[in-house]
Amino acid sequence: MTTIDPLTDYDIFDAEFVLDPFPVMDAIRESECPIAHTERWGGSWLPTRYEDIVAMAQEHDLFTSRSIIVTPPPPVQFEGPYAGVAAPPISSDPPEHHWHRRLILPFFAPQAVAKYEDGTRDLCNQLIDGFIDGGKADAAADYAQQIPVRVIATMLGVPTDMSDEFTSWVRGVLEVGLTDPKVRLESRMKILDYFRAQIDDRKANPRDDDMITTLLNSEVDGQKVPENYVHGVCNLMLIAGVDTTWSSIGASLWHLAQHPEHRAQLRDDPDLWPMAIEELLRAYAPVTMARQVDRDTEFQGCPMHAGDRILMAFPAANRDPRQFENPDEVILDREHNRHVAFGAGIHRCAGSNLARLELRVALQTWLARIPEFQLVDPATVTWAGGQVRGPRKCAVAF
Amino acid sequence: MRVEIDAGSCHGHQMCAIAAPEIFGSDEYGNAVLLIEDDLPAELESKARRAENNCPERAISIIDEASKG
Repeated sequence: MTTIDPLTDYDIFDAEFVLDPFPVMDAIRESECPIAHTERWGGSWLPTRYEDIVAMAQEHDLFTSRSIIVTPPPPVQFEGPYAGVAAPPISSDPPEHHWHRRLILPFFAPQAVAKYEDGTRDLCNQLIDGFIDGGKADAAADYAQQIPVRVIATMLGVPTDMSDEFTSWVRGVLEVGLTDPKVRLESRMKILDYFRAQIDDRKANPRDDDMITTLLNSEVDGQKVPENYVHGVCNLMLIAGVDTTWSSIGASLWHLAQHPEHRAQLRDDPDLWPMAIEELLRAYAPVTMARQVDRDTEFQGCPMHAGDRILMAFPAANRDPRQFENPDEVILDREHNRHVAFGAGIHRCAGSNLARLELRVALQTWLARIPEFQLVDPATVTWAGGQVRGPRKCAVAF
Repeated sequence: MRVEIDAGSCHGHQMCAIAAPEIFGSDEYGNAVLLIEDDLPAELESKARRAENNCPERAISIIDEASKG
């Protein structure tokens, strides 16, 4: 592998970066130029300091959400019957962003997502039933990967036995698709075809207590919301709600497999769980969103031009020693933890309360049934990277 | 000691409610609401400080009359 200068030529899809991005992020953050730039993959900026990333997230008029994926989209994405279908509110800017977000937030408030806790625990127990007698499992593929997709399917009122298809479509958009426009477009079309049919079904057969039906019947300023909006929300639920949380569950299990002292700490002090979840989210933040610059500007001395893409490296922000003491250390009872695993500003992850619930229930259920476990071989753990980072193969024995 | 939330800065991270569920709750949109508007009982003061130190939007203020002397 050729040595690349992270300040001017970083590559978020480089195999070494995917495996461990933190040395590159640290090198950029501690350099004279903590906002790096690359020409790779269509070009992007990479801020690495907590303060800069939070400031950019809060300046949503300048750093827009017109493009939330860092690589340019396939040109034909903007044509055809689904040309107007995005992923609101993550892909929306004010003023539309306000109602795009306000309509879905009630589905994700802590008191609203609490009803999924029992079902999620049952699901986790069933998954563990499937492998516990064998004394080994793939904590990423057999467990983490299986959970959020079923919770999201349940929320959307679509069959959980479609989970493998949903998973492969999401990977097609977010894993393979970031660097392969053909796969990205094909996967997008599969998602949108599927949910177009679901929307038609709900129009013909409205359901009670159903997210899609409720959204279709929603009104803004006295008018029913456009179907493209509901279609886009379904798209968002899948692409934002599946491999993000799965990555977080997998990375946390990968961590716990290597830290018996943290397993013991959680066993001895169950009150620690809520803080421990936040700390695991901080240390293993899976998501890096992208923004697009609205107009020529200078930010921290960097000449940015209209249309430039920016990687909102929340994982880098969460490891900034200016904000977090001993940032590379997992401290389950960390007192000061303004982490931005879910972003900041008006685009704070709408599903954050659901993601937390899934992460906590998945880890609690695992540790209750499999209190002691370890990696079979650290060298065989594989990671996905780019804009969503987490283990994809993680063999453990117990 | 009492606390205030700047509603304009809160974006619903809910990290205050995680740090101090006795003091902070959620409205129907997931934004923070204050459950105790009066002076806090002494045993909740450290939790209030923790909530302040965990808000990514710095939307929480601690009003400490005693320290003003």
